[in-house]
Amino acid sequence: MQADWIVTDSKRTMEEQLKSLMQEAETALAAALDVVAVEDIRVRYLGKKGVLTEQLKNLGNLSPEERPRAGAVVNQAKEALQDKLRARKQQLEASARDLQLTREIVDVTLPGRGMRLGGPHPITRTLERLETLFTRMGFTVAEGPEIEDDYHNFEALNIPPDHPSRAMHDTFYFNAHRLLRTHTSPVQIRHMNTHKPPLRIIAPGRVYRCDSDVTHTPMFHQIEGLMVDEDVCFADLKGVLGDFLSRFFEKPLKLRFRPSYFPFTEPSAEVDISCVICSARGCRVCKNTGWLEVLGCGMVHPEVFRHVDINSERWTGFAFGLGVERLAMLRYGVNDLRLFYENDLRFLQQFK
Amino acid sequence: MKISEQWLREWVSPRLDRKALTERMTMAGLEVSAIEPVAPNLDKVVVGRIESVAPHPSAEKLRICRVDIGKDRRLDIVCGAANAAVNMLAPVALEGATLPDGIRIKRAEIRGVPSSGMLCSARELGLSESAEGLLVLDMDAKPGTTLSEYLGLNDVSLEIDLTPNRGDCLSVAGLARELVAITGTKMKFPITKSVKPKHRQRIPVKLDAPRDCSRYVGRIVNGINPRAVTPMWMREKLRRSGVRSIHPVVDVTNYVMLEWGQPMHAFDLAKINGTIHVRLSKKSESLSLLDGNCLTLKPGYLLIADDRRPLALAGIMGGMDSAVGDATENVFLESAWFRPVTISSRSRDLGLQTESSYRFERGVDPNLQILAMERATALLLDVVGGRPGPLIEQFAKRHLPRNAPVTLRQNRIDRLLGIRFSPRETEKILSRLGMMVKKFSKRWTVTPPSYRFDINCEVDLIEEIARIHGYENIPSRRPRLEMVAAPLPESDVGESRVRAALIDRDYQEIVTYSFVDPKIQALVDPEITPAKLANPISADMAVMRTSLWPGLLQTILYNQNRQQPRVRLFEIGHVFRLSGEDFSEQAMLAGAAYGDVAPEQWGISRRETDFHDIKADVEAILTLAGVGLDAQFLPGQHPVLHPGQTAEIRFQGARVGLMGVSHPEIQTRLGLDRPVVLFEIKLDALRNGKIPNFHEFSRFPAIRRDLAILVEDAIPAQAVLDCVRQVAGSLLVNLELFDEYRGKGIDSGRKSLALGLTLQDSSRTLNEEDVERVMAEIISALHSRLGGQPRQ
Repeated sequence: MQADWIVTDSKRTMEEQLKSLMQEAETALAAALDVVAVEDIRVRYLGKKGVLTEQLKNLGNLSPEERPRAGAVVNQAKEALQDKLRARKQQLEASARDLQLTREIVDVTLPGRGMRLGGPHPITRTLERLETLFTRMGFTVAEGPEIEDDYHNFEALNIPPDHPSRAMHDTFYFNAHRLLRTHTSPVQIRHMNTHKPPLRIIAPGRVYRCDSDVTHTPMFHQIEGLMVDEDVCFADLKGVLGDFLSRFFEKPLKLRFRPSYFPFTEPSAEVDISCVICSARGCRVCKNTGWLEVLGCGMVHPEVFRHVDINSERWTGFAFGLGVERLAMLRYGVNDLRLFYENDLRFLQQFK
Repeated sequence: MKISEQWLREWVSPRLDRKALTERMTMAGLEVSAIEPVAPNLDKVVVGRIESVAPHPSAEKLRICRVDIGKDRRLDIVCGAANAAVNMLAPVALEGATLPDGIRIKRAEIRGVPSSGMLCSARELGLSESAEGLLVLDMDAKPGTTLSEYLGLNDVSLEIDLTPNRGDCLSVAGLARELVAITGTKMKFPITKSVKPKHRQRIPVKLDAPRDCSRYVGRIVNGINPRAVTPMWMREKLRRSGVRSIHPVVDVTNYVMLEWGQPMHAFDLAKINGTIHVRLSKKSESLSLLDGNCLTLKPGYLLIADDRRPLALAGIMGGMDSAVGDATENVFLESAWFRPVTISSRSRDLGLQTESSYRFERGVDPNLQILAMERATALLLDVVGGRPGPLIEQFAKRHLPRNAPVTLRQNRIDRLLGIRFSPRETEKILSRLGMMVKKFSKRWTVTPPSYRFDINCEVDLIEEIARIHGYENIPSRRPRLEMVAAPLPESDVGESRVRAALIDRDYQEIVTYSFVDPKIQALVDPEITPAKLANPISADMAVMRTSLWPGLLQTILYNQNRQQPRVRLFEIGHVFRLSGEDFSEQAMLAGAAYGDVAPEQWGISRRETDFHDIKADVEAILTLAGVGLDAQFLPGQHPVLHPGQTAEIRFQGARVGLMGVSHPEIQTRLGLDRPVVLFEIKLDALRNGKIPNFHEFSRFPAIRRDLAILVEDAIPAQAVLDCVRQVAGSLLVNLELFDEYRGKGIDSGRKSLALGLTLQDSSRTLNEEDVERVMAEIISALHSRLGGQPRQ
């Protein structure tokens, strides 16, 4: 029992020492304000020469019987301290990170920095859309010169000199034979002269007419379409244009094909769509008719085929021409044609 | 053409209301573009007869009229019109009426005399633009009848936009024929009888230009009443067709023109000397026209002349000297057929378009002249009286147009329209159109009537069938096609991608006119003569651009003047060159930047855009197109650019573009506040790029060495870079120029270029010695070739 008491006594002494050490350490930890201070405490207690480490070393002085129990007590204290150190360290790290994050708050509502985005001209925006729609239908894009000759712009299109419809073209001339094309139709001729049917092309581009007022600019854009195959008929023309127009405006439209006259097509038609501005209820844009004229079209005239040496008994075809400005105005609600060519940034930047 | 609905319905009146009628017309190709009421609302305006006229006691210019307004009612009306006279029939606005100008008629006292109602002029009723005195109604008007009823004012004018091929519809008769074909309704022809001559006086007529005038019909009417006036019904019909009443004789000829489509002319017989010659003008003949202009004619104009002088410009306009007037007692009427081309070319030459020339150039029925003459004579006798002479007719049969029969095949109709017609249907449509149809198995021979000179081939007939059947009744179908893969050349980056790249780099696309101000054009390309328009729309749009820069510069100016501080633009379009007699054009891409390099914003200091900012954009485009590394920028010159800040862009030895900063002097001359950086590249140069071709890259570590080299100012950086690349050879995998420095620490006249070299071998890890050796070689080459020295 004696020995037991001694052991108990020395153990109690050690436990008391440990307890006060732990209290000391905890106070120090609570006072530690950063990770470095925590590390100092760790070194002081658990380092090679740390106080607790010394305690463990002192275990050797105990009797073999006492050692295990005392060792367990010291190790327990050591582990407890380690946990506290880790916790305090984590706590301090967390608050340091919080502090850093708080300092690094930015005003997310400030505008982004650097280049801004430019924008396409509304006409090319429309043209690209039109080209995409038609190329998806299997048309390819053809081009022709803007300075044309009388033959391609008029004669081959069955518009001989002194034809009344020449007067309607308001042509810009350079001399007796050379002129600025008044429509994209000459591209039909150039294409048919160099390619054999079957043909499916569109020809977008600038055209020119000597006319300038509220509803006319001396330069504007058209897209010409031409399809020639063995059995192309008027019903096909109606189908292709109907599909195209409702895709372009992204809404179901009513279409109206009205007989008209173009020297290079027959039968010829003008196409009206139900007004996209007022849904055909009647407005200023459709002049209260509920209809908007959007394009001209027809079956290729045999005389045109004769000029390009295509046998009109074997091949038939349709052609159409549409005004790009007109479509752009309807699509985007532009109310003055002349805006397209003033190139005012306040106008253009609306079409990003 | 403008025509009254009532007039049209007098000829043919299908059971369709106004809306349905005009819609059917539009859908048959006779586009009704406007429908206008012929008169404003004239409630409470009635016919009145002036029974007595008494002077006003206190006003010299006013008179008191007692007016019978029917049903035994009479009104005393104070009136200021000078033409108020006893027995005159005139419109009376009753108490409570509101006139078109907003005036409300009330009982009133005028200078002390009570007055109820108002006697009206045509202008006050909105029936004409101007008027002298009261509107005088014909003697058949019954007092008390509403004016609206008496004049048939519940009518509209139809504005019909006719296509140039349908000259046959430029009349009531023509439109009525169409309505018959469209609706199947019967026509109510007015009866036209031949007029019995009352004397035998004739004028000889000679057709000296029989091709241009192949039929000429004339008649003398003697002893017309010079005081006669045009009856109200005729004046109203003319008015509703937009034709002014001028003189009873002229009104009659205009009336017949509107009714039948035959333009006519009336001469004062007293002014004709001898024979009528229809001939071409000779050198420097002159003629005073009805519009007051005096023409000195070039040879070759078709004239109506007498033995001494020209009387009229045939088919276009009459002459002043031979015109009928208030003193005319005897008239000579003309009804002729003129060749369309003759009239159109002359009328265009002279810039003269009249109702007459408009019809002749679109074609008048060559069989119409006698009928029109009979109709006009009969009307003339009704209106102005007189004694008609015999019909005078000259014609050149072989020059008169004749409609040849056209063959029509059943299967061709089906094939072109995509719809099957029964032969009976086809025949029904054609005969309704007045065509003579003969059937031979599966084809017909169709002879169009003389007024349908637009029908010359099979497809003309097919169009007629489609039109009368109704385009809306032709089905719509989707064509079935062979699937074909279209070519997709990868070496051509395409306009669309180039455009997208520039837009993403903060450029706004513009589209400017291809014709520009010659002054700006001359500033931009002084050495080139641009293609010049013969008929420009204005002096500042007179020449074709040879560069896209004029349009860009003008657009920058336009926006600068609207307080835009920063403008970055590009355009893709053609430029035009005159080469000898010929023209050429080329697609170009050009851009211009004005103002700060970045838009105003926080966190970036402001800086003017300079040459190298824009060079980066150009390089990006070139890289995109696959020509990036092969393009070279060499010092260049251009009249609008700063001589020290201009580069030619070369590719495979050819100049493909130009860029630079605006010349300060040009900037001043154009009124630009700040410099503009401009570039222009041939679009073709972007269409033939390289397709990526993979090469192995080294797996071994790379080593980076920096080198600062001092060279003379005049040595271009490109030469230094080229030298380094050449010496380092394949070991050099990347070369960056990261600084250019002049100033403190460096002799004036020299500059320091800082280069970053990345070296790598494809087969092994480079060691220090390898690197040092290469660097030494580079330094030595830079020294020997360019006088360069490493900066310490």
